[in-house]
Amino acid sequence: MKVTFKLFASLSDYLPAGTRDNRIELEVEDGVSVAELILRYRVPQRSAHLVLVNGLFIPPAERAQRRLQEGDELAVWPPIAGG
Amino acid sequence: MGWNRKILRVDLTRGTCTEEPLNMQWAQDYLGSRGLASKYLVSEIDPKVDPLSPDNKMIMATGPLTGTMASTGGRYTVVTKGPLTGAIACSNSGGFFGAEMKFAGWDMIIFEGRSPKPVYLHVENDRAELRDAAHLWGKSCWETEETIKHELQDPLVRVSSIGLAGESQVFYACIVNDLHRAAGRSGVGAVMGSKNLKAVAIRGTKGVSGIRDFGEFLQATTAAKKVLADNAVTGQGLPKYGTQVLMNVINEIGALPTRNHRDVQFEDANKISAEAMHEKRPTDGKPHLVTNAACFGCTIACGRISEIDKGHFTVKNSPKYWGASGGLEYEAAWALGAANGVGDLEALQYANLLCNEQGMDPISFGATVGAAMELYEMGVLTREQIGLEAPFGSAEALARLAEMTATGEGFGKELGLGSKRLCTKYGHPELSMSVKGQEFPAYDSRGIQGMGLAYATSNRGACHLRGYTVTSEVLGIPVKTDPHVTEGKPELVKAFQDATAVFDSAGICVFTSFAWTLADVQPQLAAACEGDWSMERLNEVGERIWNMERQFNNAAGFTAKDDNLPPRLTSEPARTGPAKGMVNQLGKMLPEYYQMRGWTPEGVPTPETLARLGL
Repeated sequence: MKVTFKLFASLSDYLPAGTRDNRIELEVEDGVSVAELILRYRVPQRSAHLVLVNGLFIPPAERAQRRLQEGDELAVWPPIAGG
Repeated sequence: MGWNRKILRVDLTRGTCTEEPLNMQWAQDYLGSRGLASKYLVSEIDPKVDPLSPDNKMIMATGPLTGTMASTGGRYTVVTKGPLTGAIACSNSGGFFGAEMKFAGWDMIIFEGRSPKPVYLHVENDRAELRDAAHLWGKSCWETEETIKHELQDPLVRVSSIGLAGESQVFYACIVNDLHRAAGRSGVGAVMGSKNLKAVAIRGTKGVSGIRDFGEFLQATTAAKKVLADNAVTGQGLPKYGTQVLMNVINEIGALPTRNHRDVQFEDANKISAEAMHEKRPTDGKPHLVTNAACFGCTIACGRISEIDKGHFTVKNSPKYWGASGGLEYEAAWALGAANGVGDLEALQYANLLCNEQGMDPISFGATVGAAMELYEMGVLTREQIGLEAPFGSAEALARLAEMTATGEGFGKELGLGSKRLCTKYGHPELSMSVKGQEFPAYDSRGIQGMGLAYATSNRGACHLRGYTVTSEVLGIPVKTDPHVTEGKPELVKAFQDATAVFDSAGICVFTSFAWTLADVQPQLAAACEGDWSMERLNEVGERIWNMERQFNNAAGFTAKDDNLPPRLTSEPARTGPAKGMVNQLGKMLPEYYQMRGWTPEGVPTPETLARLGL
């Protein structure tokens, strides 16, 4: 199935070189979890602070269980803030 | 003791400068800066005063931690009755001006009356005098600062000034210090302009004396700085990416107001984001961002210093904009960008530079352009009226309208009225995206429910810095709450509002609150100031300040009907994103909020509440 994976701010370093707009389209196996995909790209767990699937927050305790579905967009940020 | 115990009263009508003792009982009750200056203001002016008349007053104030070694202790506030809203205005600025006022020996400066001719105030330690400013009138903030430093032969003098926008009383004119820091919101620069006060130049060499217990203070500030350094947000995220890192976050959650809040997601958000600021431009191979920057005493350093593309159409014939300068911050990038559908980063920086140069609030300016663009697309405003084509997404229109508004040229005069007056004039008041006349900042409350309540009840009109529940609802600080629900939000909003009043009144930056709670501020205040500065006391002071501001607004004529949101946000559902189909449910939150505040269903503090807070 196809999903979109986005890494922002300092996490963009974990995307393949030449990635544009902080996003890559991926072909992944059915049932892959949020936590697995983050781990696959070697993003340190402590840096995956704000994790959204289709814009909705996934709490840390649910990331290993939450399975991605066709067309999902997974976006991850380190601890950040603004105003 | 934290305070200098001394205020300067400047009667602009008579041309006098007088020293007065600070009311120390009020300092105990209202702390400093925002709280203490507001106490002076509400005690000295008629709430119904015309904000641009000589009877209004304007106060520049420091807090007990301003100028000290407390991290971010460089803040000062400008308190007055705001012309954009008619409500109490308190605009907060960083840079170095606030600390300099403290070093000169003053806690605050109260300006009253109106000078018969343009003047500027020069303060050198205890000595204060009004000087002729005829040669400065008509100059930008940047030129004014340079000219004053030259004529005083003092490169270290700190200057706060108004540009052309303040002189011509643009309703959202701001006061700029240190070239690109500003007391930005509610039109405080227009009040300064109405008083014929061009600038305040301060040089202080006394340092800060009178810290209650220096050893304890050193220990408390060192411990608090460690908290900031160890925190991933204040120690790493903000210095590297600045506030603009929120652009993609807020877009992703579907709460980025776009094209005058018609949409909640912007297709070009990534082009105007913090990440884009770091990327090398295809045109000249340089990134937009040059470096980060810190205000006085700040150990976070979130400020952005950027260099515009010299070949961009906005500046290719204007070398004065080619150097490194302030911006873009998140709010400016949003208001000049997504709010108008403009995804050209260089054009946004150009408009932002004009705002800094001539003293305009980029939030209200950008949002007013957004309203004008919607009126243009509806056919209500025409090319002939505006003087150019102004569809959503036009970088050319944004740049030209910024020039016209800053200089008061043509349709720029109408944009200078702000969106409420502009939309009302053209028969569509519902299209002004504002509360109490002040334009929204960069969060759509359909996707962040608590912010709707925070906006509606903000004492200075729509504002994110009076109760920034985004911290909890989106960023999970200190705990994550669901942005789509209303349950628990009245309590959250009240807690943020009261705590923020304390941060503001202490003289520190509210961005410390990403890592600090009041429990981190309390030991610093207790070590610096005489008196009881327990947590309980601080919470009470925050609540007292909030209620005092509310009372002023009620006396000025505001009612519960003004604690409202534009119909677009309460009846037009979000069209895309995770909040698709949602509106803001203000009506579900407001009654509970009033009850928690100890106010009547009409939004008036009860006698019991006033007695409890000593008001």
